[in-house]
Amino acid sequence: MHKEGQIVISASELTKTFGDFTAVDHISFEVKKGEIFGFLGANGAGKTTAMKMLIGILSPTSGNASVAGYDIYTQTEHVKQNIGYMSQRFSLYEDIPVIENIRFFGGIYGVGAKELKAKSAALLDKLELTSSAKTLVRDLPLGWKQKLAFSISILHDPQVVFLDEPTGGVDPITRRKFWELIYEAADRGVTVFVTTHYMDEAEYCDRISIMVDGRIAAMDKPAILKEQFQSPTIDAIFTQLARGAKRTAD
Amino acid sequence: MRTLLILLRKEFQQIRRNPSILRIIFLMPAVQLLILPLAADYEVKHVNLTIVNNDHSTYAQRLVQKFEVSDHFNITGYVDNYTEALQTIEQDKADIIITIPDHFERDLIREDKSELHLAVNAVNGAKGNIGSAYAMTIINQFNQEVRSEWIVFPKTNPVPIIDVTTINRFNDDMKYSLFMVPGILVILVTMVGSFLASLNIVHEKEVGTIEQLNVSPIKKYQFILGKLIPFWLLGFVVLTIGLLIARLVYGIIPEGSLGLIYLFASVYLLALLGIGLLISTLAETQQQAMLMSFFFMMVFILMGGLYTSIDGMPHWAQVVTRFNPVRYFIEVMRMVIMKGSGLRDILPNLYAIGAMAIFFNTLAILSYRKRS
Repeated sequence: MHKEGQIVISASELTKTFGDFTAVDHISFEVKKGEIFGFLGANGAGKTTAMKMLIGILSPTSGNASVAGYDIYTQTEHVKQNIGYMSQRFSLYEDIPVIENIRFFGGIYGVGAKELKAKSAALLDKLELTSSAKTLVRDLPLGWKQKLAFSISILHDPQVVFLDEPTGGVDPITRRKFWELIYEAADRGVTVFVTTHYMDEAEYCDRISIMVDGRIAAMDKPAILKEQFQSPTIDAIFTQLARGAKRTAD
Repeated sequence: MRTLLILLRKEFQQIRRNPSILRIIFLMPAVQLLILPLAADYEVKHVNLTIVNNDHSTYAQRLVQKFEVSDHFNITGYVDNYTEALQTIEQDKADIIITIPDHFERDLIREDKSELHLAVNAVNGAKGNIGSAYAMTIINQFNQEVRSEWIVFPKTNPVPIIDVTTINRFNDDMKYSLFMVPGILVILVTMVGSFLASLNIVHEKEVGTIEQLNVSPIKKYQFILGKLIPFWLLGFVVLTIGLLIARLVYGIIPEGSLGLIYLFASVYLLALLGIGLLISTLAETQQQAMLMSFFFMMVFILMGGLYTSIDGMPHWAQVVTRFNPVRYFIEVMRMVIMKGSGLRDILPNLYAIGAMAIFFNTLAILSYRKRS
């Protein structure tokens, strides 16, 4: 693990309200370089809202945060250049081929033409998609699409990659393979910020935070949390904390 | 610049693979231009006429004959009384009833004047109006014939000799297609400009790819240009196809310069794309975008001077048409194609549309946000 102690994401008292509704309620945390930070919570707990503020597509109501060393209020364009993002809704262009998606997303992040060519060849090779380079993305199985989307989101070597429920709707084996890609990225020093509601995935994280009703109810390494709550699984801790929740899923 | 090229490349990749866009671009102009000018024709023929002839005299018969030989009238029946004739209107079999009263001939000869009664079914206003105008012409002709026959030894021609000759400048044969085709072409270009662009952006919202673009370092102007340019070019493609059809099928060759049409179209498309862009920032789903575009299109087309003359509208409506981009393009098209107008003549329209282009695009750019 690359734990050089460098802080890549820091949030302090970050809050977002929509009218009377406080979606994210004064959350504070720090994520170090190369860490895999799991952001857990029930639907509607505020995970996605928190993430959207960090990636610069939603303005916070109050509080501060910085990502990759840039302030999320004033330096959003720098933040954007240094992060990768894979959204909950699958967001490659389904109606153009695999290779065109790689070129497009690499290109808009300013990856040079020569480098892009080498990188796309390596990417296709790694995902065993070389023969499917000209296949339309919509014709790929969901598991492949997700791996492709993740690989594209880190093509420009971002400092941090944000993954919003990246493995929704696929079986545990495909999830496992997806996580191998995440580990590989983290080993290269990419910080991974991932939201999930699969508790087995929580176990794969270096550190997790469990959100309940917009607040962080617990945050630490999975092993330490299990000890602290005297619980054999993260799942049990989650259920215990979530039982106190006032919000129900949308 | 490179980012913009990358955006454009992606856009054309998508358009190329989208059969429905290709259909709209190639098929829509063809079908609309081939069918609409033939169907939307104002010339009224075959006005259905019921004749109530109470006189049965020679003169009455002569008048009836004049109606019978006219191309414009279709005599649906001869009945004996007005009540019966009215039923033919009620059953929608007749548009006009002409009643020749008792003693039509006697009054005409003895008192030197007589009366006729014309009843018009005004449910179909245009047909009724034009039908009664035709009837008046025929009756006037009859009138003159009778008067000239009665004058014995005329010293001078008793019939007024101011003879009006009409020349239809710029459309000598009053060819209907020459009037309609340029207008329909404008509508086609308008559809491509406003519908396609706004649907395209809203589609990205629906599938979520726009979020992926919003978290990327793409600049707002790059995104907007990346969307404007492809549809701006598609607008030209449609215009070109339309002009070709106009030439090959209707033999319409612009009197003025083609360059002028393209010049105006380039600014016009910008204005329309601005409206499309604005709609796409307001709509969340393609359905909403469609309904909003539809609302604007209805107003634009009905108040654009294609079907109803702007000069015939009430004053307030004429003021409204000044804010209608379609109106300016239809005017320019007709001016350049029919009259051969030059740049100087269309300058006021060019300024107006230029102002609209700036207005709508500024508004659209201001309301497009990468961050909410």
